[in-house]
Amino acid sequence: MAIVIEQPDAPRSRKGAQWEKRAWIFMRISGVILIFLIIGHLLVNLVLPERGVKAIDFAFVAGKWASPFWQVYDGLILWLALIHGTNGMRTLVNDYSEREWLRKALNVTLWVVAAALILLGTLVITTFDPCIDPNVHNYLPDLVCKG
Amino acid sequence: MSTAVESVKEIAVVPSFTVTLFVRRFDPEKDEEPKWQDFDVTVFGTDRVLDALHKIKWEVDGSLTFRRSCAHGVCGSDAMRINGRNRLACKTLIKDLDISQPIYVEPIKGLKVEKDLVVDMNPFYQAYRDVKPFLIASDTPTAERIQSPEDRARFEDTTKCILCAACTTSCPVFWTDNQYFGPAAIVNAHRFIFDSRDEAAEVRLDILNDKEGVWRCRTTFNCTEACPRGIEVTKAIAEVKQAVLRGRR
Repeated sequence: MAIVIEQPDAPRSRKGAQWEKRAWIFMRISGVILIFLIIGHLLVNLVLPERGVKAIDFAFVAGKWASPFWQVYDGLILWLALIHGTNGMRTLVNDYSEREWLRKALNVTLWVVAAALILLGTLVITTFDPCIDPNVHNYLPDLVCKG
Repeated sequence: MSTAVESVKEIAVVPSFTVTLFVRRFDPEKDEEPKWQDFDVTVFGTDRVLDALHKIKWEVDGSLTFRRSCAHGVCGSDAMRINGRNRLACKTLIKDLDISQPIYVEPIKGLKVEKDLVVDMNPFYQAYRDVKPFLIASDTPTAERIQSPEDRARFEDTTKCILCAACTTSCPVFWTDNQYFGPAAIVNAHRFIFDSRDEAAEVRLDILNDKEGVWRCRTTFNCTEACPRGIEVTKAIAEVKQAVLRGRR
């Protein structure tokens, strides 16, 4: 009887094998982009305004989100930072949770929270209305919210 | 004449000193948990940790169990955790350690302890087998396969591995996740992936592009520091990552 030896160079096919690779690439790319986004964020919010951190108030934020540029900018930080951070937490969970059900539960919780935060944040950035606040007249000139 | 004899005598006297060794002991037939046991050993400046262990085993307590074969840093049998660092007991001179303090000797971490300093190496060897650590070529060899010095230099560093498991058992990812291939398996895959004579680089890259493959590496550099052969392990892993991204060597 002939003995059949498995070909050592037979290709392996596994589902979802590319997932970890994509996650790794995402971490590298998002990490580099986030460095510049966050330095810019800190500069514009804390360093460049005359009164520094005290300049941040409702009007300041409203002024920024009136421009599509800052909507996209803040939206990018929100998405990249949350996915980057959650994926990092996922690797920690995978490292340290020994029981499979616990690992699954923690990972599902992580992604549900991240998705909720991304959804909420995106909603705020895209549908932000500076006139919704009754105190807004204290900060914004009347002509902004008329009509 | 007499002064010359005396000076020869002086050279011949190698100074000895006493060190305390705390050895992690575990007897599966008696102990529930491993425990520390201390031994005072008189050693010489030329002695290595392995010599002290021999002294204990041969003169004090014959039940002390550890692995060693060549005792000269070639076979890779006696990797152990000495003062919290993975080293070969046969390549660690006692005088190079801080001898004002006791020396702590433990089994390497992350593998099941079988007895004293002996661990179950099977998961380690299985990961090694899984990366197919042998030349895979389609042609029938009729003469030697010629390779240029440059092509050979490409994987020179990773040929030095002696499979002592010092790197894999210093890896925090391996400690918590035994499914991870570990640095040693990736180093040995690297040795063939970047060998110009080998034809199965893609297969090995596919194997290491796994959930428990190269992406688990967190570049903590513990492996590079632990390697008694001075292999740049983390660099080799990074090169394999790059090769996986390219899809070829």
